[in-house]
Amino acid sequence: MHSVVAIKQVPDTSNVRINPETGTLIREGVPTIINPYDIHAVEMAVRIKEKFGGTVTVISMGPPAAMEALVECVEQGADRAILISDRRFGAADTLATSYVLAHTIEALQAEGPIDLLLFGKQAIDGDTGQVGPGVATRIGVPLLSNVVVIESFDPVARKAVVHRKIEQGIEVLETRLPALLTVEKEIAAVKRAPLSNLINAARYKPELWTADAPVPFDIAQVGIKGSPTIVGKAFTPTPREAGAILSAAEKGLSQVVADALAMIVQANVVTLQNHNGGRP
Amino acid sequence: MSEQVETASPRIWVFIEQEDGRAHPVSWELLGAAARLSAELPGSVVEGVLLGHNVAGIAPEAYRYGAKRVYMIDNPLLEVYRNMPYGAGVSSLIAKYQPEIFLVGATTLGRDLAGTVATRVPTGLTADCTELAIDPKLKILAATRPTFGGNLMATILCRKHRPQMATVRPRVLPMPEPLPAAEGELLREPFDLSESDIPVRRLRLIPGKEQLNIEYADVIVAGGRGVGGPKGFKLLAELADSLGGVVGASRPVIDAGWLAHEHQVGQTGTTVRPKLYIAAGISGAVQHTVGMSGANFILAINSDPKAPIFQIANASIVGDLYKVIPELIRQVKGMSNGQ
Repeated sequence: MHSVVAIKQVPDTSNVRINPETGTLIREGVPTIINPYDIHAVEMAVRIKEKFGGTVTVISMGPPAAMEALVECVEQGADRAILISDRRFGAADTLATSYVLAHTIEALQAEGPIDLLLFGKQAIDGDTGQVGPGVATRIGVPLLSNVVVIESFDPVARKAVVHRKIEQGIEVLETRLPALLTVEKEIAAVKRAPLSNLINAARYKPELWTADAPVPFDIAQVGIKGSPTIVGKAFTPTPREAGAILSAAEKGLSQVVADALAMIVQANVVTLQNHNGGRP
Repeated sequence: MSEQVETASPRIWVFIEQEDGRAHPVSWELLGAAARLSAELPGSVVEGVLLGHNVAGIAPEAYRYGAKRVYMIDNPLLEVYRNMPYGAGVSSLIAKYQPEIFLVGATTLGRDLAGTVATRVPTGLTADCTELAIDPKLKILAATRPTFGGNLMATILCRKHRPQMATVRPRVLPMPEPLPAAEGELLREPFDLSESDIPVRRLRLIPGKEQLNIEYADVIVAGGRGVGGPKGFKLLAELADSLGGVVGASRPVIDAGWLAHEHQVGQTGTTVRPKLYIAAGISGAVQHTVGMSGANFILAINSDPKAPIFQIANASIVGDLYKVIPELIRQVKGMSNGQ
């Protein structure tokens, strides 16, 4: 039983600040975290290992600093961690990223079979949610996105039943294994790591894979070269204009509320007079 | 499925998303955007792509929203959405007709499909765009999207690969007016998969217990950290009820467990475009405002006169929400009773 989890180290977007003069991102002092959805993917893989035995491998494409995120995954219970890092991988869009991860997974498959692939449903910096579907398509395994529950998992019969969160409710699907699941946070609550894991992690050094070794990558498919999309321009969003400021302390509570409602009525966004709480 | 048709004029394609034979409204929003793009690309034509089973009835609706032609794969294997057969079907149509641009709704289904199709083709995909335009010089799609939690906007170009793919969330683009008399052409396309080729099977669907339709709500009363706790949301729900709306929230509320994730508006929640958005006790972090700044009218209530939310609100009340909201409820009910 071998599960592979792909993770990403991301800037904590709730701490991202923009330089108002240059309109660029201030990266200094912005803490990095493991993409929140990915932590739950690692947890799910560890639980499957606890139940069925086997190993959990965590992979990540990113800068050398992402080693730290991989060590955290070992603390959480992963057995093996691989950082795929090379300057030539930089500025990759989702197509180039999915190539690097898929190529890595195929190299691991050559070592031995993989039963399950787990990805977070999206990364909070790019928010595209496209890398998981891309990798599943490249390696030719079934894709199940937005998974909230693994109802049953049978590595012998090579079948699993999972619940996907979709607009209409919960879709229950049976899939062949191996499959690639992109997961929501509900998939598994993260437990505190046992001391033995922390001791293992303290001694563990993640493997470093580059574009050349131990597995050569097709340079035409990585980084900027392998990315069909480019950023034409980047800019800070144009703010809406501020409207009237009504101070309850100055004008009185009922007056400011009446003024605000008058503006809403004038903007013709709701018809308050005819409304009766939705009841006929 | 690898046959290729001579390209007469550049095709701008829209994926017509359907569930149980009903089209998702984002499909019409995208047809509206496709018409605007087409006006900037002389000779181009707007067309729809429709997959499903017994779905031909949707095509006339697509014509009314601007599609000149609909390419349809109608097959029992496509009864419910599954990634593999839908991905294969759409990719085969792209290989055959070579569209210039392909737009897909950034719904759960659309995101699942678009990533697969872009990889199969392969081509560039820009996810969750908030604006689509034609670059005046290059005459290619300029797809703008928020990045880094909405702190930065990026305009993405796909210069060499075709089609240029983009997904857009529901309600981000305006709904076009349908043309009742519009007609179009329906092309039935082949499909040669069998059930044994498909690795996934739907066992059942558990319908959502309470359908909170925040995405399409006309009125949203949203609360933030300033509401202070789950009890305060009862008050917000009462105001929402009196306006025929629903309750929304910013991320800290969800993280604190006061409300379920379905209520979350913003970058990691839902993008909304209501007619009226009331933000109570929400400071106005970009991660939140990126998901609601498309509202027609924003009323902000905050005790902090310097709250950033006031910068984007049409009207702002500086005051204690626990006093302002009961007064709003009282006056709204008074108006509704015709007093």
